[in-house]
Amino acid sequence: MRNRHKHKNTMSTVERIKDVMAYIGIYSILIILAISILYPVIWIVGSAFNPGSSLASATAIPKHPTLNNFIRLLEETNYKRWYLNTLSIALVNMTVSVVLVGTMGYVFARLKFVGKRFGLLTILILQMFPSFMGMIAIYVFFLNFGLLNQPLALVIIYSAGQIPYNTWLIKGYLRNVSVSLDEAAQIDGASKLQIYTKIVLPIMFPILTFVAITQFMAPWFDYILPSFLISSTERKTLAVGLYELINTQTNTNFTMFAAGAVLVAAPIAILYLFLQRYLIDGLSAGANKE
Amino acid sequence: MGNKKTHKWWQKFIGQKMTPSGWLSFFVFGLGQMKNKQKGKALFFFVFQFVYAAIEFLTSSIVKPGLPGQPEYWGYSFFRRGIHGFISLGETTGGRFRDNSPVMMIEGIIAIFLLLILIVIWLMNIKDANESYLSYKRTGEVQSSKEFYKEVFEAGFAYVVSAPALILLMFVSILPILFSFLTAFTNWDAYHNPPADLIDWVGLDNFFQILQLPGWRSTFLGVASWTVIWAILSTFTTFFGGLLLATVINNKRVIFKKVWRTILILPWAIPSMVSLLVFKNFLNQTYGPLNRLLEANIPWLNDAVIAKITLVVINFWLGVPYFMMLMTGILTSFDKTIYEAAKVDGANSNQSFWRITFPILISQVTPLLIMSFAGNFNNFGVVFFLSGGGPRNINFEYANHTDILITWIYNMTKDFKMYNMASVMSILIFLLIGSISTWNFLRSDAFKEDN
Repeated sequence: MRNRHKHKNTMSTVERIKDVMAYIGIYSILIILAISILYPVIWIVGSAFNPGSSLASATAIPKHPTLNNFIRLLEETNYKRWYLNTLSIALVNMTVSVVLVGTMGYVFARLKFVGKRFGLLTILILQMFPSFMGMIAIYVFFLNFGLLNQPLALVIIYSAGQIPYNTWLIKGYLRNVSVSLDEAAQIDGASKLQIYTKIVLPIMFPILTFVAITQFMAPWFDYILPSFLISSTERKTLAVGLYELINTQTNTNFTMFAAGAVLVAAPIAILYLFLQRYLIDGLSAGANKE
Repeated sequence: MGNKKTHKWWQKFIGQKMTPSGWLSFFVFGLGQMKNKQKGKALFFFVFQFVYAAIEFLTSSIVKPGLPGQPEYWGYSFFRRGIHGFISLGETTGGRFRDNSPVMMIEGIIAIFLLLILIVIWLMNIKDANESYLSYKRTGEVQSSKEFYKEVFEAGFAYVVSAPALILLMFVSILPILFSFLTAFTNWDAYHNPPADLIDWVGLDNFFQILQLPGWRSTFLGVASWTVIWAILSTFTTFFGGLLLATVINNKRVIFKKVWRTILILPWAIPSMVSLLVFKNFLNQTYGPLNRLLEANIPWLNDAVIAKITLVVINFWLGVPYFMMLMTGILTSFDKTIYEAAKVDGANSNQSFWRITFPILISQVTPLLIMSFAGNFNNFGVVFFLSGGGPRNINFEYANHTDILITWIYNMTKDFKMYNMASVMSILIFLLIGSISTWNFLRSDAFKEDN
């Protein structure tokens, strides 16, 4: 601080200009970015309350705001059904995923058994395939088992698909936790099941919460899978429904789409902002695998 | 014997040498264990052979007579039928007894997979018989079956509790990927449409087509090079953008840091699909608010070059907050004493950033950068929702100007039913991304520890 003070007193014209330039540079970056972030956001929220229905008439700040688009969305489309479908998929997927990944993470982090290394490498390789690479085969399976067009059947794929990544994530998390508790319990005669439920599960709670949140979020905006496997209108998920609302040839649905987008994006955005620190930690832990 | 060099490769599978017990187990599972006086263990192994034999018997034509007039191979028992179907991929079309090639392929994969498991158990059974025999010869004692079962149960806990997940992975991940992999070697395209038509193995034809047919070759080279450019550009712009913003927002000159940070994080919190669809309309050439605002007619998404730039910029909008938050986290975790030391040595802030901060940062985020590269390489959403691959490119097969490999695969699969070519592409992507990720992973601590 003292150093800086001294600087100020003896600041030459060149340095003063430099300081002003720094202010201008920093604030112009921030202001330009803030505008480019906020303008589209305000525009879409405004569009949702716009009286017209087309893209051309949508303005950021509607002169005569109306709830008409929301009413039309709920009455003329299957938006409510899509919302419910997606919500139930999300809830079931969250539960199933946490149970599966919790056990897999524990097994691969703490137990020793024949084939462990092979298993770990296998799931690692599985993770590298493009997600819909197996889509044709899944389609054939679903067709043969009568699962096509069943929203809840999507859970099978969502919960299986996330196992590799999250197993590694939990394994990485448990690495930082000493095994001494497990060992002590084992000496006291606890079975593996008891060690799992009484010791490891509570330790895993934070990372399992992260898994739960991400797995709850995943189905909301997955487009590819339901677009392949679900065809009837009232069984669609939100992502497909919204996409088709806007991707039709006629240009009359835009403000309705805006209303639908705001209805689903707002709660999620608020949740994300609320949990940001937490989600970022989980994401970077998964990326580092350290 | 202890000398490693004298070990033959097969000793790993069947034990040190073949013994009489081993030979008995070679023919009947568990028979060698019987001879070794380990009844419980003998039963354990025998059950496997029994179950497989029972499946084969119960599905054979002796038990289950076929329909009159059906082709002979329709009456084959489970495993034989699976393998036969896998090799032939069907022989008859139309009528009551038409073959469905993809289904036959899947049944074949399942049969072969189950047989592979049987072979593993068979080898374990021989090895165990040999080892118990030799240890009996040496010490005069055998492990009791009780001990064996206890051991199996202890080890089995891991298998039992992870079984549901593994079975799920098997059917939803491994089998489909194998299936898709094999599809690359068939002629399953728009002209062969099962179950109306049969599909056949064609070897490496599809791979040669991509290299030789001019249309496919130029599409592949065009799409692949844009994919690589796209992945590099989008990774680097978001990374350096995030770094810049993290340092800018931490600058002492900035007031209301919290407000700025919340605004800048916003794009990360909004579901990217919604943002992308909004931008698609926002950038609409005729009706979009941006062109109306600028009073211009810029083809944001309708010109090949501008569309590519737009994609990178929008991806920047979407991806920068994540990197900004990440960098902020890493930067604040730095040890401040290094900077003090550097200052004492006469370094200015520029020097200490580029000579100290940056190198440490790079070493910490390299794995992340590689992950991000792989993610962008397969970034379906940005291309699909924003430009849909367009504008049109009439020189490409099933692809357009901004299509990347993954959206090209999607088009081929969903709209054009070119399953074979889509699978070839998937294999190529896998080879590339797989080797990058494996290399990245082998360097990580997580892997080294498990060695």
